[in-house]
Amino acid sequence: MQQNRHSDERFLKAVKISETSDILERSHPVRWAAAALILLVVAWFFYGVARNPAFGWPVFSHYFTSAEILKGLWLTIWLTAVVMALGFAFGLVIAVMRLSKNPVLQAIAWAYVWLFRSVPLLVLLLFWFNISYLFPTITIGIPFGPVFYEVETQQLISTMGATIIAFTLHEAAYASEIIRGGILSVDHGQEEAADALAIPKRRALFRVILPQAMRSIIPASASLLIGTFKNTSIASVVAVTDLLYSAQIIYNRNYEIVPLLMVATVWYISITSIISIVQYFVEAYFARGLVKKSEPGLLKTYLATR
Amino acid sequence: MMMTAMNTHDPIIRLRNIRKSFGAHRVLDGVDLDVERGEVVCLLGASGSGKSTLLRCINHLEKIDRGVVEVGGRLVAHELVDDRLRELKANEIRARRADIGMVFQAFNLFPHLTVLQNLIEAPVVVRKLPRSEAVERAKALLSLVGMDGREHSYPRELSGGQKQRVAIARTLAMQPMVVLFDEPTSALDPELVGEVLKVMKDLAAAGMTMVVVTHEITFAREVAHRVAILDQGKIIEFGPAKDVIDNPTHERARSFLSRFAWQGQH
Ligand SMILES: Nc1ncnc2c1ncn2[C@@H]1O[C@H](COP(=O)(O)OP(=O)(O)O)[C@@H](O)[C@H]1O
Ligand SMILES: [Mg+2]
Repeated sequence: MQQNRHSDERFLKAVKISETSDILERSHPVRWAAAALILLVVAWFFYGVARNPAFGWPVFSHYFTSAEILKGLWLTIWLTAVVMALGFAFGLVIAVMRLSKNPVLQAIAWAYVWLFRSVPLLVLLLFWFNISYLFPTITIGIPFGPVFYEVETQQLISTMGATIIAFTLHEAAYASEIIRGGILSVDHGQEEAADALAIPKRRALFRVILPQAMRSIIPASASLLIGTFKNTSIASVVAVTDLLYSAQIIYNRNYEIVPLLMVATVWYISITSIISIVQYFVEAYFARGLVKKSEPGLLKTYLATR
Repeated sequence: MMMTAMNTHDPIIRLRNIRKSFGAHRVLDGVDLDVERGEVVCLLGASGSGKSTLLRCINHLEKIDRGVVEVGGRLVAHELVDDRLRELKANEIRARRADIGMVFQAFNLFPHLTVLQNLIEAPVVVRKLPRSEAVERAKALLSLVGMDGREHSYPRELSGGQKQRVAIARTLAMQPMVVLFDEPTSALDPELVGEVLKVMKDLAAAGMTMVVVTHEITFAREVAHRVAILDQGKIIEFGPAKDVIDNPTHERARSFLSRFAWQGQH
């Protein structure tokens, strides 16, 4: 009884308070203290790096925007863009083949992905670089039949050509899996509704299915893009002067290894940051109609999920 | 939405001997059904009796193993070649499907498109209607289903009942000869069922030919001209709505309908 009266009093008091004031949010002092500590450690680390003469910051700033580096950077960006565009176009074809009802197309698409995900990119690159040794001439004609046209492979496929082909084949295998996953994530009812409305298959793919698939395609594609951007340095083995290779050429001359590696790294980080920012806005665009209009800010979302 | 008056010997849908199996499971076992122009036919039956499959066979979302499906005087998905039936090319099937509307239980609106974009997509792409004309028609249809002024909303901003009314408008925008409904109110909260049934009732009154799979027995009794009861892939009862619902002859039809006895009161 006593207990009951006591809880009654508390209940009535709570009711009274709630009439005049909102409920307080809980504060999280430990969470904020931990965050502050981490920020402090990070700041301390960067301070140390900035003050460390071994990093050779004067050399860094001398080379950061030098013509040689910028040329390498431009090649890296350009190669990445071409490989991504071709890889995704080709990857879309592979993904659609894999999802088609034709078992032969399905099997070809599966085998393609299996093969080009298995072969290391470096091996693929060296293979295409040496293609003229394996196939000295390329012929156009009917299989097992007459030949219409013949050309020397070396004339047709330059070093840059071999690089683009190898990267694109590799990229397309990954891109097709990303696209296929995205398409599978879209409710089957969407395709049925398009069918029932007699919308042609291709139109349904580009207008109905893919825009919804983009929600899952974009995050994975951004990772692939950033990966490719850095992986282009593999092309240096066939003497394509990308960003990293340009830095290496310079430090082989002047032995300033760390400053020049920092030059390349800071450029990689900068471009990756730009890609990440663009990704945020592209995701927001494709989320239209699918999520609430007022999404909480980035930081708020982050802290809320901690 | 002017329709000609119902003419009782002019079937617009003719189904004969429809057979369909999924693996070893025979889901439709020789179904015959005629639907007259301007008629409303309700399909009733227990869950799993093959109602959805039958409906989906009419617009060839499901391929039949055997039988004949004719809508508007033409086979929907087949042609006669040397005394055999052969499936048509995909784009020919699509052209005929354009005349057959379908409304889904889960609405299946395109969530990334606005209500207006949902409504004009097929008329512009399939019917080659000028955009301005498609927009005009879409607006008229939206007001017909009580959704005026919502053309710039996205589907997720609408209630279930509103979504289904938009989905009906989207189907009507194609000016179909017949509309198939697969449990259009089954995904709705009870208080939203009425607004969708009212739109369907108006449509029936305007003379639209409709085939409706439903568990709304009152709707079937009041609005349908005829009712078919499906059981294990066969139509076991077919006739005027009130006769079938009030006095079923088949034993299994009687036991199915007895579950709805309480609904008949109002
Ligand atoms: N795509 C499919 N694959 C295999 N079985 C299916 C498929 N669609 C329906 N079925 C089966 O066919 C039967 C009839 O299904 P359905 O036509 O959806 O029944 P209803 O709509 O009357 O509830 C069920 O047993 C169901 O499991
Ligand atoms: Mg069903």
